[in-house]
Amino acid sequence: MIPRLRRLTSSPLTWPLVTLAAILLFNLLFTPGFFRVELKDGHLFGSLVDIVKNAAPVMIIATGMTLVIATGGIDISVGAVVAIAGAIAGVLVTRYHAPLLPVLVLPLIAATLCGAFNALLITGFGIQPIIATLILMVMGRGLGQLIIGGRVLWFRMASFEYLGTGYLLGLPVRIFVAAALLALLALVLRTTPLGLFIQATGGSAKASRYSGLSVGLVKFVVYTFSGLCAGVAGLVLTANIHGSDAALVGMYIELDAILAVVIGGTSMSGGKFNLLGSLVGALIIQSLTTTIFTKGVPVQFTLVVKAAVVVIVILLQSGEFRRQLAALVPGRATR
Amino acid sequence: MKLRVSRRYVPLLATLLVFVAIFCLGGLQYRAFFSLRVFTNLFTDNAFLGLCAVGMTFVILSGGIDLSVGAMVAFSSTLIASLTQLAHFPPFPAIALVLAIGLLFGLAQGAVIHFYKAPAFIVTLAGMFLLRGLGFVTSLDAIPVEDPFMVKLSTLAIPLGEKASLSFSACVLILAVVAAAVVLGFTKFGRNVYAIGGSELSVLLMGIPLARTKLAIYALSGFFSAAAGIVFTIYTLSGSAAAAMGLELDAIAAVVIGGTLLSGGFGFVAGSLIGALIQGVIQTLISFQGTLDVSWTKIFVGGLLLAFILLQRVFSQGMKKGGAAASQYARPAPSLSQAGSRAGDPAVGSTAGSGKR
Repeated sequence: MIPRLRRLTSSPLTWPLVTLAAILLFNLLFTPGFFRVELKDGHLFGSLVDIVKNAAPVMIIATGMTLVIATGGIDISVGAVVAIAGAIAGVLVTRYHAPLLPVLVLPLIAATLCGAFNALLITGFGIQPIIATLILMVMGRGLGQLIIGGRVLWFRMASFEYLGTGYLLGLPVRIFVAAALLALLALVLRTTPLGLFIQATGGSAKASRYSGLSVGLVKFVVYTFSGLCAGVAGLVLTANIHGSDAALVGMYIELDAILAVVIGGTSMSGGKFNLLGSLVGALIIQSLTTTIFTKGVPVQFTLVVKAAVVVIVILLQSGEFRRQLAALVPGRATR
Repeated sequence: MKLRVSRRYVPLLATLLVFVAIFCLGGLQYRAFFSLRVFTNLFTDNAFLGLCAVGMTFVILSGGIDLSVGAMVAFSSTLIASLTQLAHFPPFPAIALVLAIGLLFGLAQGAVIHFYKAPAFIVTLAGMFLLRGLGFVTSLDAIPVEDPFMVKLSTLAIPLGEKASLSFSACVLILAVVAAAVVLGFTKFGRNVYAIGGSELSVLLMGIPLARTKLAIYALSGFFSAAAGIVFTIYTLSGSAAAAMGLELDAIAAVVIGGTLLSGGFGFVAGSLIGALIQGVIQTLISFQGTLDVSWTKIFVGGLLLAFILLQRVFSQGMKKGGAAASQYARPAPSLSQAGSRAGDPAVGSTAGSGKR
């Protein structure tokens, strides 16, 4: 029993799941109707559906971010890329009355190019990831605002808005977008050694290079993919409000995504990564926010509660803190 | 000898050159631009950014990062406004209280970063959430500041010539830069800051007080951003929890444009001041120009960041040449310091599967 328990507690997915379960349990006990899911006009409604729906953009970005962090890097430009992709989509709809396919594809190409730009700075010039992506983070929103002409660009295009607000089989479409992206990535990771290469790069870039691995190529792939993910999230968020707002869309989403990855058990120093953990991390952040809202806590406390949870997670992940905790529990200190 | 000295100051000189170039460009286009008044106003308008950049310089020199500075500015200004305006606190204790809170908050962040070996990025991110949240808890709406002392501070200025004057905020900024430069350049603590940025492991082996220095660095950053919050309150004469969004980014940009390596170990606080002034002069130029969109500021600053970072690469590669590590694989400062800090704290490297411990 004890060894099995120990194996369970050492699984990287356990702690994020326990945290999520604790939040849900809290709601089960104290928030009546939290788990109620209703079927209205063939759509599912309820707090649970809301959580998954609102977490989808962060999930999408966290997917790319997980790989980036696994290589020992970071991408803080994703919020800006969200703004750029949304701006391009908005301009295509309003100014060029483009059909759906280019409205979807061109912003994604631009976002991928943004990722490639980051990758070029990091692999080509050997610039630290946080600095390299800082450039686009500073510039990106400015570029986005320039594209849309400095004000919010509202539009109506039912087929595009479907991506953000539509329902499929009773569930929000964006959930399927996130799932498709994840499935695609899972397929690639299963059928190719990319996952191994990413872990090797994050474990030790030098050792990987000496063993013949093209570290540059691996990094290029992950940063470009992160750009693509940000583009997808940008489309979803823009379609959701049927408007391009380069100044505000996806504000601080890079921080939420990084937080989701770290809460999900992927270390910021690279190496092992945990995609499912990142998704659970995104769900934790969102269910926390939703809980705070449904509990009627004044909106100004949202950030304080969020900060408290982040601090707890940081401490729980710290080996030092666990040792201090273990020392408090009698009998375990001798181990 | 002369060459060696100038080499050390190349990034700083390049930053200064860019500032002078932009200022002259503005002067050529607009007559009113080329004046002492526009120049001194740069200090007043960017005093809060400059103060944050001064604190950020310490953090970045040590190889860390502090994302909480913008939120600290907003929180401090909200707190001062509500203390003096709503609670009718006298201004002096309010200012002292805010500075103390800034110092202690920074100290707490440093403690979590150092003792629990948590990434500075995530810890200060949590700090940012907390401070923004506390700001909103203090007051959801912007509070106007009408305290006579604070209003007096906002108009206080040393006259320089006919039209120009050096405001109180500008003086605070200049004093802070001078003090920080002296501390970094001429004290043991300053040398330790540079040493930590070079390699944390070596610092530990050399017997430099790592914990004390690191905690002091983050405490200083908290202190300077709280001071920036006070200057911001004087500048806007209001306190708002939603103010100074993204200021942390501008401060980091100022430090990097100022020639400090983001990987730590190299840089000058004077550079950070010029980095902040460059952002200010671009903004002033765009407002003089009138037709260009404000978003161009960010694009120009981003472009400058790119240029300076590439310059740093060329520069640091030049420094490495002739050294033992000049193989084509050798990466200068970044990977060296990363390897150092990683070796220094093995716990970070294996948090993913560290349940076994």
